[in-house]
Amino acid sequence: MYGFEWDTTTPLTYATSILPIVMIGLTVTLQAAAAGFAIALTLGLVFALMRRNRIRAVSWTTALVVEFLRDTPLLVQLFFLYYVLPDYGITLPAFLTGAIALGLQYSAYTSEVYRGGIEAVARGQWEAATALNLTRFQTYRDIVVPQIVPRILPAMGNYLVAMIKETPVLSVVTVLEMMGLANMIGERTFEYLVPLTLVGLIFLLLTLICSAGLHRLQKIMPKAGIPLR
Amino acid sequence: MQWLSYLPALSQGALVTAAITLSALAIGAVVAFAAGIARVEGGRVLSIVALCYTELFRGTSLLVQLFWFYYALPLIGISFEPVATGILVLALHVGAYGSEIVRGALQSVSVQQLEAARALNFGRGQTLVRITLPQAVVEMMPAFGNLAIETLKLSSLVSFISIADMTFRAQSIRNLTLDSTGVYSLTLIGYFAMSLVLMLAMRLIERWVRRGAAFPRAAHS
Repeated sequence: MYGFEWDTTTPLTYATSILPIVMIGLTVTLQAAAAGFAIALTLGLVFALMRRNRIRAVSWTTALVVEFLRDTPLLVQLFFLYYVLPDYGITLPAFLTGAIALGLQYSAYTSEVYRGGIEAVARGQWEAATALNLTRFQTYRDIVVPQIVPRILPAMGNYLVAMIKETPVLSVVTVLEMMGLANMIGERTFEYLVPLTLVGLIFLLLTLICSAGLHRLQKIMPKAGIPLR
Repeated sequence: MQWLSYLPALSQGALVTAAITLSALAIGAVVAFAAGIARVEGGRVLSIVALCYTELFRGTSLLVQLFWFYYALPLIGISFEPVATGILVLALHVGAYGSEIVRGALQSVSVQQLEAARALNFGRGQTLVRITLPQAVVEMMPAFGNLAIETLKLSSLVSFISIADMTFRAQSIRNLTLDSTGVYSLTLIGYFAMSLVLMLAMRLIERWVRRGAAFPRAAHS
């Protein structure tokens, strides 16, 4: 597969011979998670701002959509996007469909994080901004965003880690990520133990590294906020 | 309406989904309390065992765990029925997340409470059952509510190991009828409705726990 042969004589040679294939899968896993996370961060912000909209119809509809996205399984949402969109003439590559599904599901989570962050900015600061005659845009840029970035960072990081762990679901729509490849190797060699354990270990390692990185990032983050200019 | 003809099969699948979710939640809760209490009170060996379990199941993907138990374990001579595997893996996965909730809540009980218990000559077991747990359980409930919804959503992954839950039936019906829009819309609505019911149930349990009903003797002493 991908020009690599496997050698099933002993578990160790088997593991080392399939490692390059699994690594190719790992890059797909990380790309899908990164693309999905970018969508989740953007869409989550849009949802969070729409929920703060003064028009009831807008804020309530957004709340309903977010609730719906949050309370239904990623797998079914993925099937929906993968099979329903082509019926209406929208044909996307499997990878993109997967990234959008991940992004949609997690935008529901990130919008709550944004909302919590924005609401945590004290009322007096909004009033002070009004008193200083700042526009809404200026208030967000100079007052709100610098304060909420350090505040929402840990939660966002946790969702990124969670998202990495959910990418194996994309294998169902033919995205060849790490676990899908391991499964395929298992199907061809009738020997699942080594590839699946290998993938499990890589996920574990990835999660531990990400958690340690997040911990560090949280430490070096200035508590008071980040000046944008 | 063509949609109506999907309902019998889908609702049968919904029953399977509900059964798997509820069993996994029940077993997962037991595991979560056992591992969470072991982390806080278990001494060195037990707490390390609990930590390893938690990290292992939180650090790897649920789908990898499912496949590992379904495909890999039988190769070394251990195999279960698919349904048993599905429930067990889901329970262990959710239990690992739950144990963190239990641990956090146990540790959030104030030191003064523990000191007071000590001054009253309570043993460790007594302190846990009479003082720490009754207060901690109330703190855990909102997080457990979210975890329950998460479990329902994750239960859709058992369709990968050929369990005929709602997602699996939806897939089968779609392959027969090719009516993707109808089938998947109905399935999404089905999951949403089940989530809402589960959320309501968790609220009721939370209210019940808040009244002190889980530990009646502690509440009045």
